[in-house]
Amino acid sequence: MNTVASRRRGGGLLRVIVVLLGLVALAWLATRLFGHGGGDASASTAMPSPEQIEQGEYLARVGDCAACHTAPGGKPFAGGLPIASPVGTIYSSNITPDAATGIGHYTYGQFERAVRRGISAAGYTLYPAMPYPSYAKVSDQDIEALYAYFMHRVTPVTQANRAEDIAWPLSMRWPLTYWRWLFAPKVSPMQTAATGDAALARGQYLVEGLGHCGACHTPRAITLQEKALDPADGTTYLSGGESDHWIAPSLRGELASGLGSMSEEELVALLKSGRSERSAVFGGMSDVVTHSTQYVSDEDLAAIAHFLKSLAPAREEAALNDDQATHAALASGNVGKAGAQLYVDNCATCHRTDGHGYGQVYPALAGNPVLNGADPASVIRLVLHGGTVPAGRDAPTQFSMPAFRDRLSDQQVAQLLTFVRSSWGNRSGAVRADQIRALRHLPPAGQPLMTGYDPRAQQP
Amino acid sequence: MIRMKPVDVVIVGFGWTGAIMGIELADTGLNILALERGAYRDTSPDFSYPHNADELAYGIRGKLFQPLSRETVTIRHAVGDTAVPYRQYGSFLFGNNVGGAGIHWNGQHYRPSPEDLELHSHISKRYGAKFMPDDMQIQDYGLTYDELEPFLEQFEVLCGTSGRAGNINGEIKEGGNPFEGPRKRDYPTPPVADTYGARLFADAARALGMHPFPQPSDNASQPYTNPHGVRLGPCNLCGYCERFGCFMYSKASPQTTILPVLMRKPNFALRTHSHVTRINLDSTGKRATGVTYIDAQGRQVEQPADLVIVSAFQMHNVRLMLLSGIGTPYDPNTGKGVIGKNYAYQMMSSLGVFFDQDVAINPFIGAGSGGVQIVDDFNSDHFDHAAHGFVGGAYIYGGQTGGRPIQQLIVPPGTPGWGAAWKKAAKESYLHATTVATHGSVMSYRDRYLDLDPTYKDVFGQPLLRITFDWHDNEYKMSQFVTSRAQDIVRQMKPKATSLTLRKPGDHYDVRQYQTTHTTGGVIQGSSPETSALNRYQQSWDVHNVFVTGASAFPQNLGYNPTGLIGGLTYNSVKAIRENYLKNPGPLVQA
Repeated sequence: MNTVASRRRGGGLLRVIVVLLGLVALAWLATRLFGHGGGDASASTAMPSPEQIEQGEYLARVGDCAACHTAPGGKPFAGGLPIASPVGTIYSSNITPDAATGIGHYTYGQFERAVRRGISAAGYTLYPAMPYPSYAKVSDQDIEALYAYFMHRVTPVTQANRAEDIAWPLSMRWPLTYWRWLFAPKVSPMQTAATGDAALARGQYLVEGLGHCGACHTPRAITLQEKALDPADGTTYLSGGESDHWIAPSLRGELASGLGSMSEEELVALLKSGRSERSAVFGGMSDVVTHSTQYVSDEDLAAIAHFLKSLAPAREEAALNDDQATHAALASGNVGKAGAQLYVDNCATCHRTDGHGYGQVYPALAGNPVLNGADPASVIRLVLHGGTVPAGRDAPTQFSMPAFRDRLSDQQVAQLLTFVRSSWGNRSGAVRADQIRALRHLPPAGQPLMTGYDPRAQQP
Repeated sequence: MIRMKPVDVVIVGFGWTGAIMGIELADTGLNILALERGAYRDTSPDFSYPHNADELAYGIRGKLFQPLSRETVTIRHAVGDTAVPYRQYGSFLFGNNVGGAGIHWNGQHYRPSPEDLELHSHISKRYGAKFMPDDMQIQDYGLTYDELEPFLEQFEVLCGTSGRAGNINGEIKEGGNPFEGPRKRDYPTPPVADTYGARLFADAARALGMHPFPQPSDNASQPYTNPHGVRLGPCNLCGYCERFGCFMYSKASPQTTILPVLMRKPNFALRTHSHVTRINLDSTGKRATGVTYIDAQGRQVEQPADLVIVSAFQMHNVRLMLLSGIGTPYDPNTGKGVIGKNYAYQMMSSLGVFFDQDVAINPFIGAGSGGVQIVDDFNSDHFDHAAHGFVGGAYIYGGQTGGRPIQQLIVPPGTPGWGAAWKKAAKESYLHATTVATHGSVMSYRDRYLDLDPTYKDVFGQPLLRITFDWHDNEYKMSQFVTSRAQDIVRQMKPKATSLTLRKPGDHYDVRQYQTTHTTGGVIQGSSPETSALNRYQQSWDVHNVFVTGASAFPQNLGYNPTGLIGGLTYNSVKAIRENYLKNPGPLVQA
């Protein structure tokens, strides 16, 4: 009886395996048969004008191509930057016009299919680290300009692409085709509300398309696609996400944790120079300012800010009040509140007892959206490992915050951040020591370098 | 020997003046290379809080200073004595690494008084040539205050100097220094708030009819963006300034005012760990062909260049000129020759001012130079010297720059140097004591000079620089006079007790005592190649494509801290290079 049953079970398993293999084969076959994905790979363009190449260079900045395709210390656009993914490390590719190792042999059509549709010249689906679901919204004209720039202005570099460090079977590319079918939108001209507001439309085009802001600022599903790709998908769009252990705050109108308290002018200042009168960018956004937004024109930055400020809050939040009771207590020597003494000893010299910092130098903590979100991961990282304000347009100074990991215990950081997140009118939850422990071992080691020009930072 | 690709301009030493030269020449499009013997250093990570506030590492062991075991100077008191090496830091401090002494300075940012730049002419005219002792060798700079004024201002605007003007276009302003030369406009930023000790000092001085004012300071009083777009943060009076790097981006330095822009220029390059040993000359000896340096691996490297800027520390500039054979070495027996001539230092006196327990000085609140009050009534020629029989003067300062435990803890006179009584006194006086001091000029003399030491050599086998220096009567008299005025102020402050450090006739120059780090002269500027090494543009009279910046150009030492004047002279020089020299390389002043 037992023997029969087990044999039957064994036979069942075999059948299941055969059926599964068959299904997998069919699934694979389907990606070969129907995986074309649109566009005309043989399409070509006329010889570009110098203006078109210039425009392409500008758009490459807007799209922040260098952020991934230029490795630290590497040649521009030669690729090789390691990008952590849930299945293993992938490496950005060489997009210089080198015929052998870059994209020198790409036709315009192949380029267009890669950028907007996520399909390589060889027909594989690209890892969605390449934000083609966003780039799907980029206009033909802009893709042509980008092609012109990469083919005619970028210096070719012979540098072979590095294979991803992903174990089989996850290394198979064809299942990605299903991801693409499921989650990548159709390439189509962008739909903007017919408001007659040209700046709003331009801002939306830049934010949703080349700017690919949602890649970090929109939450992702378990299957890693952004839960929303434009405002039409609802208030999830740009309502805050996470990238590489940095919390990307909501870019919608939440009064405490979003952009509700920020003016369009302040947003422009942050994108342009990395700093404003009361805030500064850090973490993942530093790279964005360094490589991309500082080069974006004032007009386009204003359009971006205008569009972002049009987004309704995803969560109803009461406005923060600048409550100076904390200041009064600290200034009179009252450090009775847990974390207050730590704040005075470690933070107040720059951020001050009133929590206002100094304009365009040390960010204000009072009312800072970063301190009023649910997840404290970003500020934990900042306190533990320090940070540096990126150099921006007309703002070359890179103010650095030191790393406190050697000076403060998990418990102390938790207490300090709980204090900061609940003082001067800030109101967000307590931080626990185990949240600190989880982030303590992240890079970088040592004190932060002012990486924009310190020759010691140029060593790869 | 490695031979590098030629550059247009090579800068030897990358501190304040090297950085100014670099940024001002960068937009000419020339290829500029700076060679620095030390390492790269910047606010972060090198001066990060709290690691920077380590008095033992920085204040005592001199982490930011040049290691004397590799190269130092030798010192003797008089011609005929045997000089011995300066093996431990005391009297003066050599900066090291990128930023040089501009990292560890305090930020006092003074302009010279107009008469300081024409001192010999001025003293001769007002008091007669006989007023000066026979062996006093003071000279004019070859330019006037009015000519230099725009460049003095340019340096202040770079640094965001905080202060209160006392003389704008000849109009005397309440609360500023009424003795200063006329300025075109006020300081870029308002003064740093006074410390309490400074306030007590200023009140007392005012009661005596003197004219106290906030010390002009490169400790930023508020955020400030300079014309290069570089922004400074405000000073928080942390008390760790002199001998320390600033973690607040508040103290003006090459790092906080110039490097974020200059380091990104494609036509500018910096090579650290590159120790220049010689300026190379062509066969005529009239033109420099570049420099030779020793790199980090100990290899000799030849760097050809069309223009050589010598912008190391004062002593190193003099030594490099001597080692390179540019200009005639000074001979104290004949008074002839120019390289090494007119070495000078400064003379200070100081008073510890001790109050009762009800006066809260809180000395740990202190900036390097901000928050201190100054009386300038007895400096330069701000008063009639006729009855006093000396040349020069000193400013008097009141207030403290910090309350660091090792170097700044003062105890009342009569306290033992150690043990229970010392501890008790230290505990009782720490929060209730401040300082009043005089900061005075030293004139130049025929027998005070610099040359190459016949015995001692550096790590590369080159002779060390030898200092021959001791005090002269003029300086004892000056110090006694100004110190008496300081004592008047201190009495008016009504302290519980006072201590005094004053150098009197018979006291020799002592290298173990720190006074100021302001050493000057040796490659002085002036109006004649007979008496000076450089013309008014700091160009060598002998080799026209060599310019030498810094306090080595001062013909004598003034009562002020030198940096403001050093910066102004550098801007004056680089403007002449840009506008005249590069178009038509040759002597900018006909001898």
